[in-house]
Formats: sequence, C-alpha cells, structure tokens
Amino acid sequence: MNFDYNEEQQLLADSVRRFLQKDYDFEARKKIVASPQGWSAQVWSQLAEMGLTGLPFSPDYGGFGGGAVDLMGVMEAFGEALVVEPYLPTITGALFVARGGSAEQKRAILPAVVEGRMKLAFAHIERKQGEKLGVVGAPMADKLVVSSGSGLFLIDSARGEMKPYHTLDEMRAADVVLHGAKGEPLGGGLELIEEVVDFATALVCAEAVGAMKFACDTTLEYLKTRKQFGVPIGTFQALQHRMVDMYISYEQAKSMACLACSKVDQAENSVERSRSVSAAKIKIADSARHIGQEAVQLHGGMGMSEELKVSHSFRRLTVAAQQFGDADHHLERFASL
Amino acid sequence: MDLNYSAEELAFRDEVRAWLAKNLPKDLKEKVDRYQHLSKEDLLRWHRILAKQGWVAPAWPKEWGGTGWNVVQRYIFEEELGYVGAPPLIPFGLAMCAPVLLRFGTEAQKKRFLPRIYQGEDFWCQGYSEPGSGSDLASLKTKAIRQGDRYVVNGQKTWTTLAHYADWIFCLVRTDPTSEKRQEGISFLLIDMKTPGVTVRPLLLMDGAHEVNEVFFDDVNVPVENLVHEEGKGWSVAKYLLGHERMNTGRIGESKRQLARLKEFSSERLNDVRFRDRLSRVEVELTALEITNLRFLDRMRRTGQPPGADVSMLKIKGTEIQQALAELMMQAAGPAGGDEFAAALGRRYLSMRKTTIYAGSNEIQRNIIAKMTLGL
Repeated sequence: MNFDYNEEQQLLADSVRRFLQKDYDFEARKKIVASPQGWSAQVWSQLAEMGLTGLPFSPDYGGFGGGAVDLMGVMEAFGEALVVEPYLPTITGALFVARGGSAEQKRAILPAVVEGRMKLAFAHIERKQGEKLGVVGAPMADKLVVSSGSGLFLIDSARGEMKPYHTLDEMRAADVVLHGAKGEPLGGGLELIEEVVDFATALVCAEAVGAMKFACDTTLEYLKTRKQFGVPIGTFQALQHRMVDMYISYEQAKSMACLACSKVDQAENSVERSRSVSAAKIKIADSARHIGQEAVQLHGGMGMSEELKVSHSFRRLTVAAQQFGDADHHLERFASL
Repeated sequence: MDLNYSAEELAFRDEVRAWLAKNLPKDLKEKVDRYQHLSKEDLLRWHRILAKQGWVAPAWPKEWGGTGWNVVQRYIFEEELGYVGAPPLIPFGLAMCAPVLLRFGTEAQKKRFLPRIYQGEDFWCQGYSEPGSGSDLASLKTKAIRQGDRYVVNGQKTWTTLAHYADWIFCLVRTDPTSEKRQEGISFLLIDMKTPGVTVRPLLLMDGAHEVNEVFFDDVNVPVENLVHEEGKGWSVAKYLLGHERMNTGRIGESKRQLARLKEFSSERLNDVRFRDRLSRVEVELTALEITNLRFLDRMRRTGQPPGADVSMLKIKGTEIQQALAELMMQAAGPAGGDEFAAALGRRYLSMRKTTIYAGSNEIQRNIIAKMTLGL
C-alpha cells in the first residue's frame, strides 16, 4: 500500500507544473483561448519535448510505456492550469491505435503522436449514423478515431464535414458529419472502447481533481484576504464550514481518482475496472459540481466575473463532471456491473 | 502508487478474520445482527475473550499488553472487528483513560489501573460534558477543591455514556475557580463510582434506550493520588486525548457490513432506481472514505507522525455515511415496524442521529479543520 507517486512520476509532475507556471499562466492561457485556432503550437511542441505525448505508448514508438497512474500527476497539473490544448483527445485516440491498430497503423501514427506532429480525437457520441456530436479536439485533429456499428475506424479529419464551436469550458470541439467518408478499420470492438474510455475517464478524474485543487486554494486565499464588516470574511463560521466541506469534497475526489487510475492499470478483470471507474466518476462529478458552485458563491460577485480564473475553473469543472458520462450515467453503469 | 495491502498485511487480515470466525460467540453475533440491546455482561464477555487472546488493547505498549502491531495492522484489526459484527469494545477505559495514564500517569497509577482495564475488571466512563458545557467544554463548572490529601467534588456531569455500568469515571473538574484563563483551572481526576455522594440518574434517549446518564457529585471525597498529571493541567490532558487514536472514527468495516446487509434485505427495493441510486451514492462515499483513511495511514506510517487536524474529516464523513445507511435501512424495512426487526431498524435510525453530535459534534470538527488545517 502506497499512495505516493514514485520519484519519476513526481519529478515529471513537478516539471510540468513549473513549465505551466512559467509559460501558461492565466494571461497566457487567455491569449490562447482567444486565438483563432484555440490552441498553441508552441505549447504543444513543449509538451512533446517533455515527453508527455509519448507517456502511455510503447518505447518501440518512442514512448515511455506508462499507465494511467503515470499520467495522473500530469493531468492534475493540467487541471490546475486549465490547459486547453487537445492532450486528452490525442492520447485517447492514439490509445485506440496502440491497442487496436495493426503494426503498420501503429508505425504510421504513434511516432508522429509521440513527437508532437499529429493530433487525434475520438468521435463516439452519435445523433444518427454518420453524424458525431461534441468531438472535443476535432477541429485541430489530423485524424479521427470513429466508432460505428461495424467497429472502429481511423479517418483523416479532412474527410469529415465539421461544424466547429467553443465548448462551455473554452476548448474547441466539432460536430462531424462523416457520410461516405473513407476510413481504415481499426481492430478491437466494444471491449476496446470500454477499456480506452475507462482509461480516458480516469484521466478526466485526475484532471478534475487538479481543477478542484485550484478552486479550493483560490477560494481559501480569497476568504483570508477579502474584508467585509472590517474583517476577513474567512472569520465567519458560515463560510468556514462551507470551505471545510469543499476541502473534504476535494480529498474524497482525490481518493477516487487514485482508485480509478490504479484500477485502470491493474484491475483483476474488466468488471472490477469499470466498476471502480464509474464509482470514481460519480464522486468526481458530485465533487466537481459542489466545489465549482461553492467557489463561485464564496467569491461573491467576483466569482461571476470573466476576469478571475475561478470562474473558468467552474466552467472546466462543469464540463468535466459530464465528460465521458455524468453522475446519472455512471450510477446506471455502476449498478449494472 | 499501490492501493492494495501487501501480502503480509493480507495474511494478517486473514489470520484475524479466521480467528474471529471461530471465536466470536454465536449468540453475541446474533444479537448484533438483530440490532438488539447488548447488556454489560455481553460487552464484558467479548472484551474478556479478546483479552485472553491478547488482542484487546493493540495500541498499548507491549509491556502493558499491546500487540506491537503497526498502524496499518491496528487499522485492519479494528476494521475486521466492525466487518464481522462483533460487539463494540467500549473505548472509555481501553482507548481513552489508558492512553492518558500511559502518557501522564504515575507508575503507581499505571500499575493500579491498566491491568484491570485490560482484563475488563473495571468498567470506565467519561465525565466531560455538563448541562452548561457541551461544545464549549472549557466552561465546565464541576468543582474539586483540595482539602489536605483529598479533593471534595461538587457538580454534575451529563450525557455520561454507560455510567450505570461503570466502576470508575475520569473527569475534567475545576480545581482553581479563580484562575484567569479558564483552561488553566481544570484538572483530570479519577473517581470511584462507589464513593458516597455519587448519584447516577438515567437519561432515556428517543429510541427508548438507556445508554446515557446524568452523574451528580455531592461532597464526593477523592484521594489526591487519583489526580492525573499536575493540578491545573487537565486541559492539556484533554487535548492530548483528542489528538490520540482518531484513526478508527471512520468505521469503515462497520459501515461495509451495514451496506452488505442493506443490499441483502432490500433486494426488492433495489429495483427502484431512486432507491438504488441513493444506495450507490452512499457506497461510493464509503469507498472514497476508505481510500482517504488509507491515505492517512500511509502518511502516518511513512512520517511516523500522528495524523494532523484534518483527520477530523474521517469523523465527519464516517458518521454521515453511518447515518445515511441507517436511514436507508429504516426506509427499506418500512415505517410500520410491525415485526421486531423492522422496529429495531427504526430505533436504530433514531439512535444513529447521535453520531454527528457525540465525540465533538461535526460542527466542532469543521471548526477544527478550519482553524488548524486551513488557517481560517
């Protein structure tokens, strides 16, 4: 039993955090969000340089062969900084290739992803056949991994017709129409989808925990500095207790993110893995909502403003609560397993 | 990161589990299973079985009967006791008075009291709360005025759990009513319940159970050798106790057992999605609490330090979960309570409301985290 990151994981998380503090502060992020493409090529190449785009892939393709726990600290740091680059979509898409692709497909895709030359997105949710909704990262993706009744396909994103938009949490996504688009089949069916989506869900849990940490820290700071009635508002018990509940909510969520990432890496079977991931996502969704809403409330009017990062963390937490299924979805799945 | 117990820890757990399966008396287990009242004799019988095995006070130093287990083993042991449905070990002697004596007591006090606590020969209760002093404990008024080689005690304690079973009570009393800082006039005193002037009067709770009492002291003579630590230092003793052994407040094993039983007898209700989802959410909270608890243990084991003030969250979440489970059980059994089991679950729901009030109300726990952990 051990709940720490190992030395390597800790060093990596620390260096990612240092990089983000230096080159990805809230002002820098604002500029990226406001840019036409909505992501920074420079940041992306830095992430690749730090080895992040290769973390979960085999050394055969230039990666590091890591698991979800190896990515956990990185995702927490991304959550704290509210990184908008399409890291999770790319990792998710490439995991399908790594686990379901042919040797040839792996050779064509994985080294390019690891080196930061290629971005992917995973198109799963459907309005009707051939029309995929809410594909995060699609506008900047080179290739899409697309699920369909007859399996998984790899499609050049240029072949799809995209309706791009900004998501509630300031990322870029698109609805994609794929009628007649030619794709190459990827191996693996429903089981692989469950496996990779569980992996991605565990990473969302870790990222949300990072955003929760930021929301808690910044709210605590605000309670100590904001004065009303001549005293810091953190001296009021009504607010103290709400802050404590946010803190407990964060610790409980962090525990569940640990569970999800660990079980994704080493569950005894797929039922144990999926049950743990769904349990984690239920808690993360509840905590994300609780902490996000309270962070805004305890900031008063300032919590509503565009100007402060706290409102942006609320936006991210709101979407993270629903990403890869909201609490209701996972309650259903948890009970069925 | 590795969330699993080591092979040695698993072997230890299996050993404890196998021993419990063999040695927990069937009639006691049945009483616990049916949520029936446990008599003093029931409690002591189980205490003595564990004492005979050498397992009744794992956290004590070895020379006094401790097992030498590390924090993780102690946690596993306590959780297994909860999980199997053993009668509770009453903490007032084993986990409250004894640690205080071990830390502050004289050799003579240790020799006099510890073996009797271990063997279950003395039943202890705790004299803290008073009618005017609940969360604001330092306002307590029970007086102990020194006259030569004895203290004369006058006043009243209340909510005194199992005082009607007790041979001894450890009390916080005011030995110096004149001291300016009110914490400084308080002392920690051991009082024989058979002393003339001690009166115990039952306080019935809403479930009809006689569990707590009022204890009155009228000119009770207490020899000065029953003072623990120095006179006027009782508050630091109380604070030490507060920070001691708070790792089992989450009661994970016990709640896991209740969850499993709830699933067992509410299988029909589980077809109701609304009920099922409420139960699932409690299960998720319990899983999160178990991991949070293990994270605290892991930190303690690595640093060798006692847990910080944030350990209060285990009490807050643990009791919230216990109450949520008791509520679901009561609802699953139905409101009428026509049969004995349903009636017991109804009473248990009422009784479990105490958990967020006792041992430092959850509001006080939040105050502690706000002040000590968050710096508010």
